[in-house]
Amino acid sequence: MNKSNLIAVFSEKANLSKRNAEQFVNLMIDAMTEALNNGERVEIRGFGSFVVRTYAAYEGRNPKTGETITVNQKKLPFFKAGKDLLARIND
Amino acid sequence: MSVTKVELADLVYEQMKLDKKYASELVDMFFEELKDALVKEGDIQLSGFGKFSVKEKKERKGRNPKTKKPLTISERKVATFHHSQVLKERLNSK
Repeated sequence: MNKSNLIAVFSEKANLSKRNAEQFVNLMIDAMTEALNNGERVEIRGFGSFVVRTYAAYEGRNPKTGETITVNQKKLPFFKAGKDLLARIND
Repeated sequence: MSVTKVELADLVYEQMKLDKKYASELVDMFFEELKDALVKEGDIQLSGFGKFSVKEKKERKGRNPKTKKPLTISERKVATFHHSQVLKERLNSK
């Protein structure tokens, strides 16, 4: 399923116009992105939680050329599935 | 500080000028819909954010870290998330 399918299904189930459903889905995604960007945790009971982890810079190697390169410090988001989600996919 | 459904519902109320109770119902429905989609279709791709997928894990041997007792971890499904390039760039630009 992609974002446009989600918007279509959601607009029908929630009885929202396509335009409002799209605005709503984008608002959810933007709000979660914004929170993570501010270093906040996103915790949705039953669905899961997102946190940002910071990785220190390290010396890496280009596997193709063997060249040594410095990989800069980076931040990446992590998702941990919630109990209800795990229960439902294992049902 | 963490962002929960309450903060998301407040945002919907403010930005979409919807009734507070309705806003909170919509937020609940949204995450229920994501769960349904994962159960039924196995993946959800949200462009600009990332991709959720269901992966099957085989049975494997592990041990209880507390008691150190060996045990068998049963076959199961897990839900994973892979961030999109756009999200990674957002988090790493200041």
